[in-house]
Amino acid sequence: MIKVENLVKSFGAKRAVDDISFNVERGEVLGFLGPNGAGKSTTMRIITGFYPPTEGRITVGGYDIVEDPMAAKRLIGYLPENAPGYADMTVHGFLAFVAELRGLAGDAKKKAINRAVETCFLESVLYQTIDTLSKGYKHRTCLAQSIIHDPDILVLDEPTDGLDPNQKHEVRGLIKRMGANKAIVFSTHILEEVEAACTRVIIIDRGKIVASGTPHELKARSEFAGAVRLAVRGVTAAAVTGKLGALAARTEILPGPDGQVVVRAYPRDRGGNAAFVGSIAELAQREQWKVDEIYVEEGRMDEVFRSITLPDTVRRAA
Amino acid sequence: MNSWINIKAIMKRELGGYFTSPVAYVFLVIFLLLTGFFTFTVGNFFERGEASLVSFFTWHPWLYLFLVPAAGMRLWSEERRLGTMELLLTMPITTWQAIVGKFLASWLFLIIALALTFPVWITVNWLGSPDNGVIFAGYIGSALLAGAYLAISCMTSAMTRNQVISFIVSVMICLFLILAGFTPVTDLLVRWASPVLVQTIASFSVMTHFEGFQRGVIDLRDVVFFASVIGFALFTTGVVIRGHRAG
Repeated sequence: MIKVENLVKSFGAKRAVDDISFNVERGEVLGFLGPNGAGKSTTMRIITGFYPPTEGRITVGGYDIVEDPMAAKRLIGYLPENAPGYADMTVHGFLAFVAELRGLAGDAKKKAINRAVETCFLESVLYQTIDTLSKGYKHRTCLAQSIIHDPDILVLDEPTDGLDPNQKHEVRGLIKRMGANKAIVFSTHILEEVEAACTRVIIIDRGKIVASGTPHELKARSEFAGAVRLAVRGVTAAAVTGKLGALAARTEILPGPDGQVVVRAYPRDRGGNAAFVGSIAELAQREQWKVDEIYVEEGRMDEVFRSITLPDTVRRAA
Repeated sequence: MNSWINIKAIMKRELGGYFTSPVAYVFLVIFLLLTGFFTFTVGNFFERGEASLVSFFTWHPWLYLFLVPAAGMRLWSEERRLGTMELLLTMPITTWQAIVGKFLASWLFLIIALALTFPVWITVNWLGSPDNGVIFAGYIGSALLAGAYLAISCMTSAMTRNQVISFIVSVMICLFLILAGFTPVTDLLVRWASPVLVQTIASFSVMTHFEGFQRGVIDLRDVVFFASVIGFALFTTGVVIRGHRAG
């Protein structure tokens, strides 16, 4: 539904977005990850038609955003960064205004407002002006605005920013539910969010896509991925690592409670996970170690994120 | 048809925005107090002994000089400051519809303020028998004058997110439009500039074009003048807004 081809956006000499291409289909939730200033918001502003692209082509539901902006914008619901709203309007007034601009009138308008209010839990503040709202409510008001016309495409710029943990959970669930029959793009720098809600992830840094794939695929890039974590009792750390050395490429002793030895063992062959953990389990049995826990590590998103984007950040700071 | 629905939605919001905040009421009270003060005290309404609203309309270019930019300064700068501009311009509406909607709402507000001066009209009709045609023309001219100033405020408002800067710049531009045709100034200019040049400069002034209306003459050329100022300023607003987005 969203098709971005070779998108470039320059501000003066600075290339904020540098040759980005991706697609989002119905039923997909694409997570947009990246450090601050990586070009996430700029890309979203271009998709929604706020900024014209410097180069490249964007079609939304088949309509070119530059050539046919009206048709394209009708399909999109957009939550801009920082969730702006008219300070002196009530929540209800604001939603009614947006509904009107979305071409809703009469009964359809009333229903649309009720549905959005219900979805975003805004009943209690419906007739409060926006400047009196807490950050969480303000955010949800703007989110309600973006889904008021039940759009096929949702572009959400940091939808959980400023929400408390419960609200974050709520919004993630909402995104996941809506993702079943919409095309959703959302940006965040909260990594657990990506795992919780996305079907696909794009990591962008300094205007370029540096990684993309399913959350699972990305986590597999982590150096921990496939490593086995073993916690045992009644044996010295040296003995454990000595025995494991024969099986693993490398072992690492992790801090653990007194009397317990916690070791992470990295496989020689990253593909052979099942065999690797099996052989370690056998070893532990043979040696009669008291095993408290043993499991294969999945890899961590934050570690992948850092390994991909950190070198650049460090270079920039230098 | 569709665009009219969008313009109407924007107008409704904008006009509502005036009346839900104290701004509208403060503005109306100040406007009415000042028109009263200038008409009756400074303009010597009673001492003139004539049944006309000359002493009322004469002051409008000066009064509007400060009041209209005050009413228009927030139009776009507030939108930029709050970030709602991004929201507004990603809606399925054109930039044009947004600009026109906002302008019309504020203009309507100024016209409401102007209409609330009706007691002056009642007074003059009660005291004597003025030519109501002349007064009507005066009101039309005054509304157009307010529209021209407002369009300029709209333009300066799009240029900055700071309302104060927006206010000052539009006051300066409006002041120029007054002084270019203000008799004391043109009299001074004539001493060292050719009369043709002075005439040309004066023809850009709102004073020159407002005069006719005060005398009860609705001249098409004057109407075209105000309409062009409004058109030009709103067009520039569009260019400025496009400039922000193109980066």
